[in-house]
Amino acid sequence: MQAAYSPEDDAFRQEIRAFIAQNLPDDLKRRGRYDYHHRRDDQARWMGILAEKGWSVPHWPVAHGGPGWNGVQRFIFEEEMRLGYAPTVDRIGTELVAPVLYTFGSAEQHERWLPGIRTGTTFWAQGFSEPGAGSDLSSLRTRADRDGDHYVLNGQKTWTTEGHHADMMFVLARTNQDAKPQAGISALLVDLTAPGITRRPIWTLDEGLTVNEFFFDDVRVPAANLVGEEGAGWTYAKFLLGNERTNSAEVPHTKRDIAQLREIARVEQRGGRPLIEDPGFRAKLAQIEIDTLALEYAVLRALSEGEHGGGAVASLVKVRGSELRQRVADLALDALGDRGLAVCANPEGHHRMFDDGLTPPVPDHGFGIAAKAMFRRATTIYGGANEIQRTLIAKTVLEL
Amino acid sequence: MDFTFSPEQEALRDSVRRFVEREYDWDRRLAVIRSADGVDPAHWGTFAELGWLGAGLAEEAGGFGGGAVENAVIAAELGRGLVTEPFVGHVMAARLLAGSDRIEPLVMGETRIVPALTEAAGRGDWRVVATRAEGQVLHGTKTLVEGACQATHVLVTAHAEAGLGLYLVGTAAPGVAITPYRTLDNRRVADVTLNGAEATLLVAGAEAEAAVEDAVDHGMLALCSEALGVMEAALWATRDYVRVRKQFGTAIGNFQAIQHRMADMMIELEMARSILFHALGAAEVGDALARAAAVSAAKATFARAGVFVGAQAIQLHGGIGVTEELAISHHYRRLFVIARQLGDADLHLARFATAVDAQG
Repeated sequence: MQAAYSPEDDAFRQEIRAFIAQNLPDDLKRRGRYDYHHRRDDQARWMGILAEKGWSVPHWPVAHGGPGWNGVQRFIFEEEMRLGYAPTVDRIGTELVAPVLYTFGSAEQHERWLPGIRTGTTFWAQGFSEPGAGSDLSSLRTRADRDGDHYVLNGQKTWTTEGHHADMMFVLARTNQDAKPQAGISALLVDLTAPGITRRPIWTLDEGLTVNEFFFDDVRVPAANLVGEEGAGWTYAKFLLGNERTNSAEVPHTKRDIAQLREIARVEQRGGRPLIEDPGFRAKLAQIEIDTLALEYAVLRALSEGEHGGGAVASLVKVRGSELRQRVADLALDALGDRGLAVCANPEGHHRMFDDGLTPPVPDHGFGIAAKAMFRRATTIYGGANEIQRTLIAKTVLEL
Repeated sequence: MDFTFSPEQEALRDSVRRFVEREYDWDRRLAVIRSADGVDPAHWGTFAELGWLGAGLAEEAGGFGGGAVENAVIAAELGRGLVTEPFVGHVMAARLLAGSDRIEPLVMGETRIVPALTEAAGRGDWRVVATRAEGQVLHGTKTLVEGACQATHVLVTAHAEAGLGLYLVGTAAPGVAITPYRTLDNRRVADVTLNGAEATLLVAGAEAEAAVEDAVDHGMLALCSEALGVMEAALWATRDYVRVRKQFGTAIGNFQAIQHRMADMMIELEMARSILFHALGAAEVGDALARAAAVSAAKATFARAGVFVGAQAIQLHGGIGVTEELAISHHYRRLFVIARQLGDADLHLARFATAVDAQG
């Protein structure tokens, strides 16, 4: 039992922190504080800086350009990135698609796609959900029919996260209409500039752009872009979603949000005193910090035991992690008092749904907080709704 | 990082588990809790014989070379069996007497010395001390003292003019009155009233405050670990029950409402286990503020999660869950009491927040 960070871990953390302090451009950091929707140009710039250092893909195998860190080191790296307000990287490419490619893809596919993901020049989207296939993914209807050395893709994908930034999409489509629902699904790599693709933004309650829908109308996809074997897409999707759930604990994000919340509560006042001294507020903050600490150690337990600690742990930390992200965002909004209720878009952000031309009287530290709190309703839905996770826990851990 | 137990720790766990299985089945436990003392006098000797009383203490302190993890391993198994022996109090007494010539007879089970630190006005907060020391003579009342009836001495905090002191008081000394009673979980406790009782000062001032804080934190780690054992027992007993209890023609465990409730119990259990591991790690590092923050975080978590798991276990058992006959209601009662012993969730949220602020 060695349930605390080692001196080597602490030294590693200092190295990461110093690198961010020296290399993160000021404008990226400023926008990172305001907005949880990072601009693609900001993400790409930061990816380039990290790639030069060899740190852009922490969890990849060394053979493909990873730094060879263990799970705890990756966790520390991610935490320092968030605490330093660095832009997030293209997580769909680096954390979801790439592991499928280097695990199941061909050597040609490795060579063709992995370098672009690693250096931040190619951004990816994930084409899973459809209007009729959300939590029940196996009922998807998008079809890919073989025609010579191409597949012809027809159908619709929705809730496509960061699809407006993406160059490529990892698409699940039905290649066999007669097989059982899960057996007829294949995974294709689709160039989003191909003819026949229409994208439509889906504006969300935060007035921000995160998700999109895509329509495919006789889109021709080279057969060489089939991942692994035809009909094995379900296996790859489950592999990918397992990674997504472990990441969905999002402890580094929540710890950063707590740090930001503490800053707000030192400035904001209640009854003439800093809010952070108010007993009611302190109790709520302490409860969130304690729950985050428990979650952090649940994740560290999983990371120290193996790559991802298996599906059941992933489900446990996904449920608690997604709930905590909502709680901390709501408390930050509460901490702003009246100012928390004003719409205040990031003036430097891209993709604004609607510009009312008004300048809300919101202090600098309040920008982006309300939008974040609104959008956090999605955390308990995406990555497998929490109800699905609870059923998984009951089936796999409790064997009910 | 490494969250696994060593082979020695696993052997220790198996040894306690075997004791519980062999000596502490439901009927024998029932006989114990209905007996005059509420404990079986033979068991403490067994604990000593098997080395459990010194397992969680460093060799230089007079123990067998372990630490907080060993105590946690023992306490979890005792919790699983709802064993009533006052092991948590022993952990505190051993920390307070570590390195002194009183430690050897204590870990050999030859003397029984128990902590008497809390008072009614403190509501679980050991830092609230109204007991006064006038020279070597004490006045005051300590509450919820476990094992007082078997003890030769109690360890008492009192304020002298010079500050806090930790004192040793013989239970048979003049001016000492022991008033035994039973808590909701069938534990035997007592109020210890000191009315001019003569005492020996062990340590005073800031050193006494630090020693008590350390001992209570280590006691709370064992208490949380005991709660973890109780929670596990309650959760898995409930799982087994919902698999066999049939209503509407099917096992109730097939209903999603039941499955999701049990998943929530599992989440609470694993989060509690995780924060306990964190606190065990922090206790070994040696920084008092970090230890206070981590232990209070754990105690606040177990106060809430323990009662949640216990209450849901009753709920999923239905009517039979609220009976005296079934273990589930005893699990709940123990978790309910643990949630309040040595301070409730509110107290530990506040202590956590203060410690985090002080760390900067």
